[in-house]
Amino acid sequence: MLTRDHVSFDLENGEGILTARLSGEIDHHTARIFREEIDRALLRETPRALTLDFSGVGFMDSSGIGLIVGRLEMAREIGATLTLSGLSQRLCRLLELSGVDRLCGIVISKSTEREDLFHETEIRT
Amino acid sequence: MRRKSEPKNHMSCELRAVSVNESVCRAIIGVFLAPENPTATELADIKCAVSEAVTNAIVHGYGAGNEGIVYLGAEIYPDRTVRITVRDKGKGIEDIALARRPLYTTDTSGERSGMGFSVMESFTDRLRVLSRPGAGTRITMYKRLS
Repeated sequence: MLTRDHVSFDLENGEGILTARLSGEIDHHTARIFREEIDRALLRETPRALTLDFSGVGFMDSSGIGLIVGRLEMAREIGATLTLSGLSQRLCRLLELSGVDRLCGIVISKSTEREDLFHETEIRT
Repeated sequence: MRRKSEPKNHMSCELRAVSVNESVCRAIIGVFLAPENPTATELADIKCAVSEAVTNAIVHGYGAGNEGIVYLGAEIYPDRTVRITVRDKGKGIEDIALARRPLYTTDTSGERSGMGFSVMESFTDRLRVLSRPGAGTRITMYKRLS
């Protein structure tokens, strides 16, 4: 996954809920691209809720944590909530490691131990 | 960690310190370790740790707009221990203990989590940081494959 072509967005705005479907790899190089696209949509749509869907993300390092925390702050500024969905166990592990769950009141559903099934996570803003 | 045995395989390469090479380094380490048949989790852990170290070299070692080279090396020992080295000749780290503290970052944009070293520590068996201000930083990570 070496080019920005592997990063795609699907932004939906219905019922005031904005969903950003992230796919590809999230590292320091690609995080900037995700950040710019999501923030542009946030400021344009000013939704009441933002969902970041990680089900298409094959790799994420701590740059993804920075991306999430930055979007949490952006969402707060416009009065929107932030929900994280489609998190693999691996991504959940990163969130727990970073303490984002404790800092932000994140809720991680651990209904399954299977790597291929995803957890629903909500950050209460 | 002084090792008595010789590595059964090793590689080293140097890459321009630009962010697109973060994924290149992950790919290189993945290909190098493939013959050892690491588990998916082991491979993902190592790739993530390498990604953090290389990102640190690019973002903090050299900084935006500065030219530099990132050196990536790896060795595999007979006991299946992998040693990975990521080195730069950048500005170095003034206070390593502070830099390794979770959530600590010198970044002011709010977009860096300060979790790089914590991820490296968590996803490998051992992490060594050598740095001298003005000279550069060398990260050495060890992980034993199952």
